[in-house]
Amino acid sequence: MNTLLQGELVRLVAASAEKDAELLAQWSRDSEYARLLDSDPAHPQSVRRAKEDIQKWMENESPDNFGFMIRTLADDRLIGFVGLDGIRWTHGDTFVGIGIGDPEYRGNGYGTDAMRVILRYAFTELNLHRVSLDVFEYNPRAIRSYEKAGFVVEGRQRQALNRDGRRWDVIYMGILREEWERQQER
Amino acid sequence: MNTPLFEGELIRLTPPDPDRDAETESMWTHDVEYMRMLSADPVRPLSPALIKKKYEEAEKEKATHRYHFAIRTRADDRLVGFVRLDHIEWNNGASQVTLGVGDPNDRGRGFGAEALKLILRYAFAELNLHRVTADTHEYNERALRFLERAGFVVEVRRRQAVHRDGKRWDVIKLGLLREEYKP
Repeated sequence: MNTLLQGELVRLVAASAEKDAELLAQWSRDSEYARLLDSDPAHPQSVRRAKEDIQKWMENESPDNFGFMIRTLADDRLIGFVGLDGIRWTHGDTFVGIGIGDPEYRGNGYGTDAMRVILRYAFTELNLHRVSLDVFEYNPRAIRSYEKAGFVVEGRQRQALNRDGRRWDVIYMGILREEWERQQER
Repeated sequence: MNTPLFEGELIRLTPPDPDRDAETESMWTHDVEYMRMLSADPVRPLSPALIKKKYEEAEKEKATHRYHFAIRTRADDRLVGFVRLDHIEWNNGASQVTLGVGDPNDRGRGFGAEALKLILRYAFAELNLHRVTADTHEYNERALRFLERAGFVVEVRRRQAVHRDGKRWDVIKLGLLREEYKP
């Protein structure tokens, strides 16, 4: 019961606006990271703004958002965040967002591990029916990671992004409770 | 340049006027079928006061990211529905459209189709957007046909994302690109 928030490489912990804002602001200066994360114009964030964001998304007790920081088990290093937001309780549906801010920890299974932990949280603690996400066509590493965690592609919003002078699709993925359960039996 | 943007043959798009319209809109929210077609939020009748409050809150959003119109008949200036473009991402030229015709007796009379035509022209010829997204639910076949007739293409099926009357239904997301849009 005590390992709900712990994976093989990482654990999920509460965010602290005071302690974590500086690192988050630093990550936001990495335009590659910003463009992988969301469709807003990449824009470096001040520490003050990062603090406000943490307070808004992670330190509040909104019943519809569950945000965590990701720390490595090996050396307790803060490498990213993961969170469920926009939970629709009547339908058991939620979106998940994840970012590995520390570039050294991308592509090494840390994000996939964190995703597996938050899926377990979504299905066995929040008892949701499905988890949804969207990801950008130019981010094949993330798509592979999500597929490893059990997500399947549910469609593509064509040309929904315009970056570096070309248009890219936004890819929607989802995992149902029954698919997640089958995966646990294997 | 003289294309009338807000005038159709049967209807026109006007600014919302909550003081005048809140009673009518409150009545619509008591129609379960209508509310379930419109949104995945739990159905909940809204009082005129709550409707007014929602309009006030929406006005706080950045005006350039949300364009909301009332649909009124040209014949007698009667409120029949609303249409809105929001979730506008200017950097990507992306947006989302939502449309509702409140009174069942006003559906199937071409009001919605004309309003959709006007809002799409507004999106592509005035706001110069690149694409418009529309969401609907699997059980709303009428909306699906309505959107496809206007040129929208099904792009995403979010499986079992809506749970209603004991059954799980897909959320269907459609899209229309600028190059596919036929004025």
